[in-house]
Amino acid sequence: MPNRSFFWFFLPAGLAMILFIGLPIISTGIQSFYAQHDQVLVKVKKCDPFGCKESVVVDQEATSKIRDEKPLGKFNGFGTYVDRNHLAVEQVSEFWNESKSTGEFISKVGNLPFYKALVFTLTYCVIVTPCVLLLGFIIALSLNAISRKIRGPLIFGTILPMIVTPLVGSLVLFWMIDAEGIIGANLQILMNDPYLSVKSSKTLTWITIIIYGVWHHSPFAFVVFYAALQTVPQEPLEASIIDGASRFQRVKHIVLPHIYPVVTFVALISLMDNFRVFEPIIGFSAEGSAQSLSWLIYDNLVNEEVILFGSAAATSIMTIIGISIILAPVLIRTWREFRTNR
Amino acid sequence: MKKILIVLLFLLFGTYANADCNIKSGSINILANDFPALRTLVETAKECKGSADFKVTHSAEHNKIAVPALTANPSEFSVRVAANSSIVPLMNADLIRPMNDLVKKYGKGIQDSQLITIDGKVMAVAFMANTQHLYVRTDVLKENGIAIPKTYEEVVAAAEKIRAAGKMKYPYAAAYKAGWNLAEEFVNMYIGHGGEFFKAGTAEPNVNNAKGVATLNMLKKLADLSNPDYLTHDSEAIKVEWEAGNVAIMTLWASRSGTLLDDEGDAKITAATKLVAPATVGGGNIPAATLWWDGFTLAKNRSDADAEASFRAMAHAASSKEMVAKASDQAVWLVEGFVPGPKSVGVIEAVKMGAKPYPMLPQMGLMHGALGSEIVEFLQGNESAEQALKDVEAAYMTKAKEQGFL
Repeated sequence: MPNRSFFWFFLPAGLAMILFIGLPIISTGIQSFYAQHDQVLVKVKKCDPFGCKESVVVDQEATSKIRDEKPLGKFNGFGTYVDRNHLAVEQVSEFWNESKSTGEFISKVGNLPFYKALVFTLTYCVIVTPCVLLLGFIIALSLNAISRKIRGPLIFGTILPMIVTPLVGSLVLFWMIDAEGIIGANLQILMNDPYLSVKSSKTLTWITIIIYGVWHHSPFAFVVFYAALQTVPQEPLEASIIDGASRFQRVKHIVLPHIYPVVTFVALISLMDNFRVFEPIIGFSAEGSAQSLSWLIYDNLVNEEVILFGSAAATSIMTIIGISIILAPVLIRTWREFRTNR
Repeated sequence: MKKILIVLLFLLFGTYANADCNIKSGSINILANDFPALRTLVETAKECKGSADFKVTHSAEHNKIAVPALTANPSEFSVRVAANSSIVPLMNADLIRPMNDLVKKYGKGIQDSQLITIDGKVMAVAFMANTQHLYVRTDVLKENGIAIPKTYEEVVAAAEKIRAAGKMKYPYAAAYKAGWNLAEEFVNMYIGHGGEFFKAGTAEPNVNNAKGVATLNMLKKLADLSNPDYLTHDSEAIKVEWEAGNVAIMTLWASRSGTLLDDEGDAKITAATKLVAPATVGGGNIPAATLWWDGFTLAKNRSDADAEASFRAMAHAASSKEMVAKASDQAVWLVEGFVPGPKSVGVIEAVKMGAKPYPMLPQMGLMHGALGSEIVEFLQGNESAEQALKDVEAAYMTKAKEQGFL
């Protein structure tokens, strides 16, 4: 396609992207460098049905004056990025000096909210993505080998997890692992421990969320792989059968190289999706044991009675940076292949 | 003839009921939490809407909607039904208007004690009181020869006895869901120990002390006697546990008693359920509970006409003797003419015992948020009480600095 027509094709989508994705990201970036103005508090007499007492409130007149002068807030530079709830530079260096062993240092750092969330997010990403790729590929291969008569219903059944809304899917599993649910209760009997709770154990909660993630995302990988499998040329396959290649050898030397670009694509999308893991944490009410970066943003915006815009903006920007870092190797590789192909 | 008479009478009384409001214009849009008493109140307000436009949103997510919705100009809602804690963010951001003039003009039936005033400015009109107190199963306690517990130490002993008797696996329940609910339990227990959240006259945190540690240890003891999934249980979830007969002693909101004691569910459990005073803790004499009021506030970013119409409708409800007579078991109404019934015991006892109101400080929301996420690891047994409290203070300080309180 000539560059000119590509440009006109891309223009509507590009404009929408700038308007709805680009500008909000820029605005978030700006917001992350600002904190709230110093609060002006005044002593007042507060009365309610339970009696009167001296208390403090925010002085609205003084505050609105400061706000009118600088509506964005107080410039904070990277202050929010390095505070304890984010990169915690000060605390980390303090722990480094204090700690006697690396293990102690790691456990102390892992106790800071941002790193705690980062550890879960990365663990989730690193385990779920390969599992999704592998499982999706195996399902696609097996379904591709099955008689055409029953393939339709089977494909439908396989993509069901993707059709079910994430929240509903996680709630179903959530009730099953309840101390009185089918899985939770049976686990208690199996382990002979009446106080065993999947929901209160950190490890078990992580495992549950990861299993849920694999279950939910595999159909996507399957659908794409299945479509790609349809394009695998038959001649080399038949030739290899004549040459006596086993099934495994055929998959390894013919099918995989053929669908390789698709594998990269699915890996990219899965990584991006998994890095933003959020719904299962809400669905499983797992805030206590598992926090992800997206959950931190949500927490800053809605769980507090005071909304922390600066904090949420800083975490958002760091999530974007995190995704770029994770995707960088794959992107660079794709770019190189693209150049050599030309 | 008879029919005509009935219609006439109906019209007469119909107009009579609306006569005291006679709202001619304006529009009313209410945002409120979702529990039976608030629904009754809003229905009562609707009775006298006159020709005003009337809309209402009942939502359990009201806290998340309120600030953004009232920040818009004109704001989405003209009335926000708030409580001691949820009024603070509205006042911090200057989103609600004083209503002294309206009270003077239209607030005839409202008692002075219902007014929430800041230096004399009326910011809200309260209509009901709420607190968290104990619910007990009298049949289970009697069977095991246990007296009704008055302190949390007695609650622990009683629950241990019930568990040892093999009667119930998880005899105690409270809303320990990580986040707001868990933090609320800490607030109650810490106040019961006589703790103060901030160093006097400042926004500096003050929870990492002996009282804080005692509070956490008590919460842990109670958690060990609860369903092991306690970190995911909110008020609704423990209500279900209670109705299923799995629990013998529970700490729950007074306002939830209405649906707990309705005709649905096992009649035997309902009959044996008794509402009692909140417990004290650690030898203290004030209950480990906080007093709450629910009241209505008027949005600032809304026309005066809307505010007037809204106030008149809400004031009608907040002073309606008929409503409190009809719905006397739904809440502890602060409205004149309320006769307390058996379901009001918890709140009334709490007031008598000198319970403290939930601290209405501008920075309290940040402390509440920090508590909700940082004490979880202690309850899971992954962290010492001191470390958890240190984390609470550190998390709070960071947020308070960003918000300009420190």
